[in-house]
Amino acid sequence: MGPKALAQVLRRVNFPADPEKLLIGLDKADDAAVYSLTDEIALIQTLDFFTPVVDDPYLFGQIAAANALSDVYAMGGQPILAMNIVGFPSCLEAEILSQILQGGADKVKEAGASLCGGHTVVDEEPKYGLSVTGTVHPDNLLSNSGIKEGDLILLTKPLGTGVMVSAIKGGFTKSDENNPAVKSMLTLNNTALKYFDQYQINACTDVTGFGLIGHLLEMSENSSLEITIEAPEIPIFEGVRDFAESGLLPAGAYKNRDNYEGFVSESGKRDQTLYELMYDPQTSGGLLISVAKEDAAELLIDLYGEGLDVAVIAKAKKGQKGVKIEWE
Amino acid sequence: MKEIDARGLACPKPVVLTKKAMADNDEILTVVDNRTASENVAKLARKMKAEVTIVEEAEDYFKIMIKKTAADKVEDKAGAAVGSESESQQGKVYLVASDTLGEGDEELGKILIKGFLSTLLDIKPQPKKVIFLNAGVKLAVLEKDVTAVLADLEAAGVKILLCGTCLDYYNLSDQVEVGEVSNMYEIVDSLNSSSTVRV
Repeated sequence: MGPKALAQVLRRVNFPADPEKLLIGLDKADDAAVYSLTDEIALIQTLDFFTPVVDDPYLFGQIAAANALSDVYAMGGQPILAMNIVGFPSCLEAEILSQILQGGADKVKEAGASLCGGHTVVDEEPKYGLSVTGTVHPDNLLSNSGIKEGDLILLTKPLGTGVMVSAIKGGFTKSDENNPAVKSMLTLNNTALKYFDQYQINACTDVTGFGLIGHLLEMSENSSLEITIEAPEIPIFEGVRDFAESGLLPAGAYKNRDNYEGFVSESGKRDQTLYELMYDPQTSGGLLISVAKEDAAELLIDLYGEGLDVAVIAKAKKGQKGVKIEWE
Repeated sequence: MKEIDARGLACPKPVVLTKKAMADNDEILTVVDNRTASENVAKLARKMKAEVTIVEEAEDYFKIMIKKTAADKVEDKAGAAVGSESESQQGKVYLVASDTLGEGDEELGKILIKGFLSTLLDIKPQPKKVIFLNAGVKLAVLEKDVTAVLADLEAAGVKILLCGTCLDYYNLSDQVEVGEVSNMYEIVDSLNSSSTVRV
């Protein structure tokens, strides 16, 4: 569902919330809810599921799990427990579902968490995802707000999974593990976490359905800072540019563009394809890490050393809140 | 003229059907029921260098006329090879962050990394830079056969950068024979501005 329509629905509902305990709730539009248990432990709770993005059920299960687990990592936490949410047509072979679930289970295992059960309903189209619980020390909790003037913003995965999924569905390309976007969607967002206590990290979120621009706008939301994107630095998956230019941009990208482009200013000559890719909804997208300027180079080197395709893509500058794209 | 009614079909089906039709027809009329699909079909046609006209446009009805041009009929095949490796193949930056290659037996890893670096001499296009980080600098300074290869690469115009912090850490700063001692900013800049291969 688009952010505008969703906001309209949620406005009409009264949600119970204990203001003392709920550190991050619905009002913040963050990646997950965070609830204080003790002075040393806060609980992170998140849920995510969707229809298949690749043909191979085992890969799909892994991607759905990596995507759901990512919300916990984006809060600076560690996942501990997960449960499945499944929709499955009665006409499909049960073996396919076993493979989806095995994919999810293997990814949760890789994350070091436990998976225990879940809920399945009969549905016209397969759907799979997980509800994930994690923990974090309240001092290490990272929200999507909190960027500081001068921060550099790192993106830990290239853009373009939405276009690539569209290309896969249209039969333009294969969805095996050699596909760079598939490989990236399979990758857990936990690598960057182990460096977070060494550096001044001011905010973190992951790029998912609202695209790069949508999530950067959320980061600028509660600040008086303008996020300036350095467009030439933005990494995109090989092949994605051609696919986007061939009309494989998903509907979600157009929706995001229509919703957000009013908050975006630009300087220099626009690269139309890259501009549209900045609105491409991502599945299991990378983390956006807002790090103090003096720590950025070292964090970048550390993440390169880990083999991540990471880049410094934006800066937080004094100005009006919003996003500015510098094309040159 | 081939007509395609792609109303009611989700992305990317209208694009897929139009693309298929373009393979066998010179004129295609595609009808879709939303702006997203209309923009995407027009993009496809333009990418394949055809003439595109939106002949009818209402809230939920879009008619797109596509006419292939003469040049485009020849380029059909090229259009099919989307996602080919056309993107910046020249002058990659190689990042060597370890003194072994791959995971597994350390001895084997050391043999492999030496083999890898010596093949860089024959790689076309020639690498732009080779950057040594962390234990990678040990390789560049202490292993004489590697130093020799790096000297050849440098002579061929490849920039060899050694991380200064790493040289200090391993007490190797005074033993550097080949390559430039570099700082973090230069390294980050090199990595950011080029296509990088991590070794």
